[in-house]
Amino acid sequence: MSTLDLSKLESSPDLLISQGDDKDSLVISMGPQHPSTHGVLRVMLKLDGETVITSESEIGYLHTGIEKQAENLFWQQAVTVVDRADYLAPLSNSLCYVLAVEKLLGIDAQIPVRAQVLRVIFTELTRIASHLVQLGTHAMDLGAQSIFMYAFEMREQILRIMEFVTGARMHQSWFRVGGLALDVPVGFIALLDKFIESFPERLSDMRAILEKNVIIMDRLIGVGRISAADAIAWGLTGPNLRGSGVAYDVRKALPNSGYENYDFDICVHDGGDCYSRFVVRLNEMYQAWRIIKQGRDRFPGGPVVIDDPKIVPPAKTVIQHSMEALIHHFKLVSSGFNVPEGRIYQSVESPRGELGMYVVSAGGNKPWRVRWRPPSFYNLQALGALAPGNLIADLVAIIGSLDPVFGEVDR
Amino acid sequence: MEMSPHQPYITTKLDEFANWARTSAIWPMTMGLACCAIEMMSIVSPRYDTSRFGAEVFRSSPRQSDLMIVSGRVSNKMAPILRQLFDQMPDPKWVISMGACASSGGIFDNYAVLPGVDRILPVDVYVPGCPPSPDAVIFAIMQLRKQIEAGGKAMVLAKNA
Repeated sequence: MSTLDLSKLESSPDLLISQGDDKDSLVISMGPQHPSTHGVLRVMLKLDGETVITSESEIGYLHTGIEKQAENLFWQQAVTVVDRADYLAPLSNSLCYVLAVEKLLGIDAQIPVRAQVLRVIFTELTRIASHLVQLGTHAMDLGAQSIFMYAFEMREQILRIMEFVTGARMHQSWFRVGGLALDVPVGFIALLDKFIESFPERLSDMRAILEKNVIIMDRLIGVGRISAADAIAWGLTGPNLRGSGVAYDVRKALPNSGYENYDFDICVHDGGDCYSRFVVRLNEMYQAWRIIKQGRDRFPGGPVVIDDPKIVPPAKTVIQHSMEALIHHFKLVSSGFNVPEGRIYQSVESPRGELGMYVVSAGGNKPWRVRWRPPSFYNLQALGALAPGNLIADLVAIIGSLDPVFGEVDR
Repeated sequence: MEMSPHQPYITTKLDEFANWARTSAIWPMTMGLACCAIEMMSIVSPRYDTSRFGAEVFRSSPRQSDLMIVSGRVSNKMAPILRQLFDQMPDPKWVISMGACASSGGIFDNYAVLPGVDRILPVDVYVPGCPPSPDAVIFAIMQLRKQIEAGGKAMVLAKNA
């Protein structure tokens, strides 16, 4: 790749602020470097005084070519790039991808129960961690710095479990086609129990500070209101849709990994404003905790991968003694496995909504296409409908409450 | 710096004094790009707490910051903006390239990602990892403090003074 020509790098200053088409309006550019855009969003705002007339989002500042990159990796390797799209919930991404590939391979019914339970526990832990980041940064945007500290401290407890089990704090790549990369180490249950025990109290502390907080209520109630019909029409999913009173959750509607066996509620709030979305996320953390607790209680034994040497590499101890296992291992590492020709749409409930993947196989050892349906992308486009009429300070609250993650929006 | 045993004063050079002062007041810019941004935010969280080293004051404007932490993959679309932000920072300024993507493009060897932010910015410290843990970022800030104290780019003051 050639080096960039630095002389062309100066962008035109008149793009940043200019007069609108009518005399009283002002067009300003918010972002892409702005602390409240949660990444690299650029919003072109047309203002009348401090009131937003129109808002137009410009995305693509974090375009990484993840979909294209996945096509150049073996089926198993693609999990790593898939993880890095929605970086607040890497395990939701890999769960979706892995489920799709397993269905294409026809092994989705063979996944061991232990692997499924662990997948559910870790996806829900990820959901709590992601909502905590959203809550912390959202509160910080509104001026409550200490909530950020509380939220990140709670998130560290989850990351400690992640690091202990998978070796990585953020991009675990722990879910693999056919099960999990490794079984949990000794001591995991004790760590999880500690978390399960301490979390509700800390969550209720957080709720006590925030839920009836006058400043939070003043800043969020009635701001960025969207009706249920509009929310569906704009394609919102996840907490943003449930904040408008629509009880749609992929975990209930199209359950995977045994989610149908867990007892949890769909959190709904019918205000349709930023406050509703905020309350839905608070409640969802509690429901995620309930799922984790149930997973902990049933925690079954047994293997964490399927018994198929053509897909899952054999254990190191076996490779040292068996020629056949060595050949299988060599084949898997050097050329991966082939997936029969076919196409499939798989969706999971990521912390941001319905994450979908349309995976196409041409029969080879690499995906032919991995098309995403990133929930943030669809949630963010509603900004154009939510922002007009609000003050420019409220725009910050609206963006925060939509919870976009730009790794996922731009891919 | 020389301390006289019998007199109530110390003698030093202006440069050295300024560099000594700067080591404890590195203000990073609030600029999150991708995954690393979350770990960058973690360095101010209670468990890591960079305020111990005077580097917790994240400024949202490039005009008020000394340190740019390039936290994540830099797409070709973002590269000119990054350079513009760097140009807007007042001297002396430093750059930490955080993570594999910022340092070399990382696992994204494709049409969209800049293969290393050092193609457009003068990087002082590279931090490996995907993403690097907050400890690693704090270590990078400590390395930067050593560079600043030893002179480094703080010579700019001598030219302008």
